[in-house]
Amino acid sequence: MSVLGSLSQLLEIVVALLLAPLLVGWVNQWRAWLQNKSAPPLLQPYRVLHKLFNKESVVAHHASSLFRSAPYVVFSCMLLASAIIPTLSTDLPLAPAADAIALVGLFALARVFASLAAMDVGTAFGSMGARREMLIGFLAEPALLMVLFSASLIPRSTSLATIVETLAHRELAIYPSLAFAGVAFTMISLAENARVPVDNPATHLELTMIHEALILEYSGRHLALIEWAASLKLFAYSCLGLALFLPWGIAEAHAPLELVLALPVLVLKLAIGGMLLAALETASAKMRIFRVPEFLGTAFLLAVIGMLVHILLGV
Amino acid sequence: MSQFASQLINLFAAVILMLAFAMLSQRRILSLIHLFTLQGVALVAATAVVGYVTNQPHLYLSAGLTFVLKVVLIPMLLHRIIERLDVRWDVEALINVPTTMLIGIVLVILAFNLALPVSKLSTSIAGGTLGIALACVLLSFTMMIVRSKAVPQVIGFLSMENGLFFAATSATYGMPMVVELGIALDVLVGILILGVFMFQIREQFDSLDIRNLEKLKDT
Repeated sequence: MSVLGSLSQLLEIVVALLLAPLLVGWVNQWRAWLQNKSAPPLLQPYRVLHKLFNKESVVAHHASSLFRSAPYVVFSCMLLASAIIPTLSTDLPLAPAADAIALVGLFALARVFASLAAMDVGTAFGSMGARREMLIGFLAEPALLMVLFSASLIPRSTSLATIVETLAHRELAIYPSLAFAGVAFTMISLAENARVPVDNPATHLELTMIHEALILEYSGRHLALIEWAASLKLFAYSCLGLALFLPWGIAEAHAPLELVLALPVLVLKLAIGGMLLAALETASAKMRIFRVPEFLGTAFLLAVIGMLVHILLGV
Repeated sequence: MSQFASQLINLFAAVILMLAFAMLSQRRILSLIHLFTLQGVALVAATAVVGYVTNQPHLYLSAGLTFVLKVVLIPMLLHRIIERLDVRWDVEALINVPTTMLIGIVLVILAFNLALPVSKLSTSIAGGTLGIALACVLLSFTMMIVRSKAVPQVIGFLSMENGLFFAATSATYGMPMVVELGIALDVLVGILILGVFMFQIREQFDSLDIRNLEKLKDT
């Protein structure tokens, strides 16, 4: 384990923690602008987090310890996920700990804990949200796995660092399979991050909530952790998409100069990605919950076709 | 350079296949026409790249013709027709998207398996994409079978022609005669469609029993 490697790992975690709320603020701002509303300030998510951390956390009388521990589990899952995704450098000491499949498992662990905690208190909305979340989760997970598989067919390794290294630092080649995987990944990330065609992050109507219904019972620092975890998840998904489909600018091992350059490149890519996300959310309407399996089924099939195309063309 | 071009052709082939899938699962007629136009654009690009790599002016000609016909003329006509028939916002209610998609993926596997031995024999730069072209043809076939309304069926037919054209370009660019014939067929199809088109729509819309079907479903 090199010093530079540890440094880039540490930098990645700090960047993820700091940039994740900023990304959410950026997307919210653009969404408001595109919808002709006056936008909230860019730093609003930090203010919300600050406010929530200073508030008292109210817990229901019959809540078990699971309810209290779930925010910490969810938060640490998301933090670990953003640590093993190569956002700035592919030389990460933590990367051998988990490959692409374990990454999906991490997201699943967070989802299971969030859903259990939502059902723990026994409110109707909590269990409804949990059921919907699991419905989306069980459809999105195999699709995400297929996307990661079609990417890992190229270097024949499921290690994320190896995949990104192969994609970013080899001679320029166009992979048609990645075109399919990219479309599928976009659809999955919209569903997984509770974005508009599937769920509305700004909704106040309980019957249509998915993610908001899960966290209805939380307050104070618990809510802050969960909100922060949600923004980390968006950040992790965006970085995963950028690393797989636009990997240029991510530093290699033993290249300190590239590491310095990697951060502005990442910020630029995220800024453009956030704008596109806001545009996508503005352009599409929220679909009925029973249309979601169709949506995610399409994503799954696209990812499978990506793999098939890779096998056919043999690149 | 040639490797980059072949990758570019593969990419366009993948885009054509993706659009065929999108058309298979699209319920709205207007979006179908947009998807068809995009497929035409991808086809033109693929043909032009093949023509550029192999230095065949014939292919430029056929790309130009495809552009005029499938990107400009036919979509324009389709727009006018759905405007006149007042089906612009029509939504096909009866297709079962997940099942159709599953059938689609089985067809893709079938087509890829069928084409694999053929494309191994081919020396063409885009020989590998023959499977994709075949898959497009089969997917459009499926679309024609599962749709009950006239306009989506015609679009399925046109998209099948796109697949055939792409197969011709990718497998036999060495034979200008075939390409020439393809162009002629294109024009022919373009005119034929209009005939089939009007006829089918008239036939369909005289006995448009979608309302009856809806009644059956609701009660």
